[in-house]
Amino acid sequence: MAESRVAFDLQIPSDVEFIEGVVELARQRCREIKLSPTKCSLNVPVALTEALSNAILRGNDATGGKHVRVRAIISETDLVFEVVDEGPGFDVEECTVDCTTPENLTREEGRGLFLMRQLMDRVESFRDKGNVVRLTLRRP
Amino acid sequence: MSFSIKKQAEVVVVDVEGQLIVGNRQELKQKVLDELEKGEKKFLIDFSQTGYIDSSGLGVLVSLSKKIREQGGELRLANLNDDLHTLFELTKLDTLFQISDTRERALESF
Repeated sequence: MAESRVAFDLQIPSDVEFIEGVVELARQRCREIKLSPTKCSLNVPVALTEALSNAILRGNDATGGKHVRVRAIISETDLVFEVVDEGPGFDVEECTVDCTTPENLTREEGRGLFLMRQLMDRVESFRDKGNVVRLTLRRP
Repeated sequence: MSFSIKKQAEVVVVDVEGQLIVGNRQELKQKVLDELEKGEKKFLIDFSQTGYIDSSGLGVLVSLSKKIREQGGELRLANLNDDLHTLFELTKLDTLFQISDTRERALESF
């Protein structure tokens, strides 16, 4: 199994105002490991923003006093983000909406999971001391 | 991140500086709705200084487009960089909006 290291491990208050700071830190780590410019400026920022906002607004139900934990783990083969909230969890497959169909195209909501799955190589959700959403991006 | 609004010809031009994401989308929405309420009909959002947009930001653009059209107006977009083009293509929102390469072309298209 490839050796991995934790690039950062943070606990943030459950407030969307904290998302941008975490995403900027993630982008720095992406640049350090020389991910492609598009992965640094599009795939990671958008997918991580979606995972964090889902955790804050849905998992933690936008309730003050709760927290979200976010970890970045780097191995030779993968970059992994784990976002942990205090909610009951959800089924990624079941909750993903194809926002590109004619009936969904003009909806205001419902693009978050779709984008995460388009921009990451793998998106998983499971229970482990909270609801964990794991985003995996394979390194070239 | 901030939004600046100015009137150019008969068009309300909004510059999005930084990200358009869950934390600031309501600010953009309100600024545009305020102009719509004042009777403005033509809107252009310029993304030349924009980093990335998340699903909430895309949702606000869809919502504004609907509201502006309901009032007999038009919303157009300009200056999407390659990443933003990719995002619009992935979500097929490039089929919903009129998108111009430059602000000038967008202004001429009204």
